Amino acid sequence: MRAVDAIMECLKAEGVEHVFGIPGGANLPTYDALYDAGLRHIQCRHEQGAGHAAEGYAKASGRVGVALATSGPGATNLVTAIADAVMDSVPTVFITGQVRTDLLGTDGFQEADVTGITLPIVKHSLMIRSAEEIPTAIHEAFHIARTGRPGPVLVDVPQDLSREDIAYEPVDSVELPGYQPTTEGNTKQIRLAAKALANARRPVIYAGGGVVNADASKELVELCLSDKLPVTCTLMGLGAFPAPHDQWLGMLGMHGTRAANYAMDEADLIVGIGVRFDDRVTGKLSEFAPRAKFVHIDVDPAEISKNVPAHIPIVGDAKRILPKLTAEYRALAPDTARLDGWWKRIDGWRDKHPLRYDDSETAEIKPQRMIEALYEVTGGDAIVASDVGQHQMWTAQYFHFDGPRKWINSGGLGTMGFGLPAAMGAKVARPDDNVICVSGDGSVVMNAQELATCVTENIPIKVFVMNNGYLGMVRQWQELFWDRRYSSVDMGKSPDLVKLADAYGATGLRVQDKGELEDVVKAAMDADGPVLCDVRVTPEENCYPMIPAGQAARDMVG
Amino acid sequence: MTDATDILNLDDLEVSGGGRTGRRHILSLLVENKPGVLARIAGLFARRGFNIDSLAVGPTDDTTISRLTLTVDGATHPIDQVTKQLHKLVNVIKIRDLEPEDAVARELALFKISADGDSRAQVMQFAEIFRGKIVDVHKRSLTIEVTGTDDKIEAFEEMVRPFGLIEMVRTGEIAVARGKSAT
Repeated sequence: MRAVDAIMECLKAEGVEHVFGIPGGANLPTYDALYDAGLRHIQCRHEQGAGHAAEGYAKASGRVGVALATSGPGATNLVTAIADAVMDSVPTVFITGQVRTDLLGTDGFQEADVTGITLPIVKHSLMIRSAEEIPTAIHEAFHIARTGRPGPVLVDVPQDLSREDIAYEPVDSVELPGYQPTTEGNTKQIRLAAKALANARRPVIYAGGGVVNADASKELVELCLSDKLPVTCTLMGLGAFPAPHDQWLGMLGMHGTRAANYAMDEADLIVGIGVRFDDRVTGKLSEFAPRAKFVHIDVDPAEISKNVPAHIPIVGDAKRILPKLTAEYRALAPDTARLDGWWKRIDGWRDKHPLRYDDSETAEIKPQRMIEALYEVTGGDAIVASDVGQHQMWTAQYFHFDGPRKWINSGGLGTMGFGLPAAMGAKVARPDDNVICVSGDGSVVMNAQELATCVTENIPIKVFVMNNGYLGMVRQWQELFWDRRYSSVDMGKSPDLVKLADAYGATGLRVQDKGELEDVVKAAMDADGPVLCDVRVTPEENCYPMIPAGQAARDMVG
Repeated sequence: MTDATDILNLDDLEVSGGGRTGRRHILSLLVENKPGVLARIAGLFARRGFNIDSLAVGPTDDTTISRLTLTVDGATHPIDQVTKQLHKLVNVIKIRDLEPEDAVARELALFKISADGDSRAQVMQFAEIFRGKIVDVHKRSLTIEVTGTDDKIEAFEEMVRPFGLIEMVRTGEIAVARGKSAT
C-alpha cells in the first residue's frame, strides 16, 4: 500500500479518532489517504489553531493530540503550538509534509527545515529518509509523545516518499535503546520521604501539571487526606486536588493566594509532585522557601535539582509513587496534632487574606465577577480553556476546579491565542461536556479564525471574552512598574465581537450590565452552536494579589 | 507506635547531588548513528548555556552507533544537569562521566612552528622530549604531531610558542575507561 495509507493504519492502531490540520502541496498524499480512512479530520483555518486544538484535545482527554500541516509555512505555523506543548508536557504528534527528496536543501517551493527549526522545542523529531521507515516512525512518535514526561514529537515526511508503495505490516512494538523512562520510584527514597513527612511540623504538598498528566489526582488526594496535609497546586495543576476544600490553600505563585505563598515561605518540608519550580512559582530563587527541605517527585530526572536542589529526589511516575508514599506514611502513624499549630497559622492567613475584590457600585462588571458568574451558572460543571493574561489568572483564582482535565491553559509558554482553538480541541475530545473558553480582547483575535472551524465542523464551544479594551496584564505592569506609561496596550474598539461572531456564523452576545450577566451567560450556555460573548468589564482592574517579578513570597502586594 | 527509627530530624537532610564539582569532566557518549544527532547535542549545549571545551566524534565497532567524547568544565557547569539533559535526547544511548584517574585520555595535535636557523634544532629537541613526530618539513617551518593528554599538549604548546607558532590543530580528547569493562 502507499506509505500514506500505512500512516492511516498506524494512526488507527494508535487509537487515533480525530486529527486537526490543513492540507497543502507537500501533504496532498496524506490528505488523499485521509479522505476515506475513517478518521474524523477537523479542517482548521490556521495551522497554529490546529496545533493548539491538538493540545486542547490531549489535555482534556489524556490521549495523544494529532495535527497535520504541509511543508514550509504550514509547518512553521505549527511552531508556537509545538513550543507550547513542550513547555506544558502535552502529548502531541505533529505530522508535516516536506518537499520531495530531490528538492531537499535546494530552497524549493515551500521548503523549510522544520526539523531544524523545531529542534530545541520538541521532545523528539523524526525526519523520514525512506518510505519503509514511515510506519515505525509513526509508532515511535506516539510512544515517545505519551510515555515518560509527555511532549510533542514531529514527523517530517517528504512528499515523494509518502506516495511510495511499501510492504506494510503492523508494528507491534518499538525499540528505542536511548529511551527508557523510569516509572517506579526508588523504594528507599519513598520510605525516606514518608519519614520526612511524618516528622515535618510545617509541611506543604506542592502539586503540579505532572499529577494531571500522570492521571494521579486520586492518588494525590489519598495522600493529602491520609492526614491533614496542606496542599497547593500550580497553575498547571489546578483540579489535581479538588477545590474548594479545607486542606486546599489555593494556587501558589505570582498570582496565588497569600495562604499558599506564605505557607511555602514558612514550610519546613515541601513535597513537590510533578512540578518544576518555575520562576512564576518561586519568585526570587534565593529567597524561595528558605526554611524548607525538599522532596521532589518527577518523571523527568532533569527537573530534579534544576532550579531548587532536592533533598529527597524520587524519579518516576506519580501514579505509581504516590500510593507507596501514602502507605509508608500511614504505616508511621504520624500524630496529626503536630500540625495543629501549622494549621492555626495557615487559617490565620486565610482569614486575613482571602481572595477578594471590591465589587462595583454601578452596573459595571468587575472581571472577577464575570468568572464567578461563569462558575455559578455552570455549577463548575465545565471544561474551561483560557487564553493568557489577566483573565487567565482571574479564572485560576475564582473558578474552583474540582477535578483534573477541566482546566486547559498555556502555562509555561504563556501563548496568547491558545484558548479558543484549545477549547475547540477539548470539545472534540469530550463532546458531552460543557466547554468554555475564557479569553481576553487581546488574546481572542490571535486565533479568532478558528470560530469558522467551530461553525463548519459543528463544535459548540462557548467563548467568553473579558473585554477591558486593553492588553490588560501588560497594562497592569505598565501601571505598577513603568509609571503608567501605557505603551501600545490600548486595543481601541475593534473588532465588534458580536459582528465578528455573526460574520463567522456563530452566535454573538454582549453584556455590560452586571444585573444581566448571569442571564447572558445562561443564554450563551443554552444556545445551539458556538457562541462568542463580549463581556465588557472594568477597563483598569488589576489582578491581585501579586508577587512582583523577581521578588519573594513575603513581598506580595494587593 | 512511633519508635526511634521513625524519628528523622529534617535538619539532617542534605541536598542530594547537583552543584559544581570544580573539575574537568570527560563525558563519553554512545549515540545512535543517525542524521541530526550532533545538531541535537550541540543545540542542547547552546540552549542551556553549557560550554563544550572539546568534542570528538567517531564511529564505533557497531556501525549503528557512534561515540562522542565531550569535555566540560565542572567548575562552571552543574554536570548532573548536563548529563540529565543529554539523557533526555532519545538518540543518546549511554553516557559515562569518566573520572580522570579511571580513564585513559588522549588527544592528537598538529603544531606548525617557525623553525629556521638556530631554532630548528631546539624545536626538534622539544619534539623529541614530548615524543612528538615531525610530519612535515619546510625550510622555514616544521609540523609536529603530538599525542597525549590535554595537559601534555598544552605544555608542548607553551614550550614551542616562543619560536613562532604558525598554527595549532587539535582533535579534542577521546577516552576509554581503564580496566577490562567497556566504557
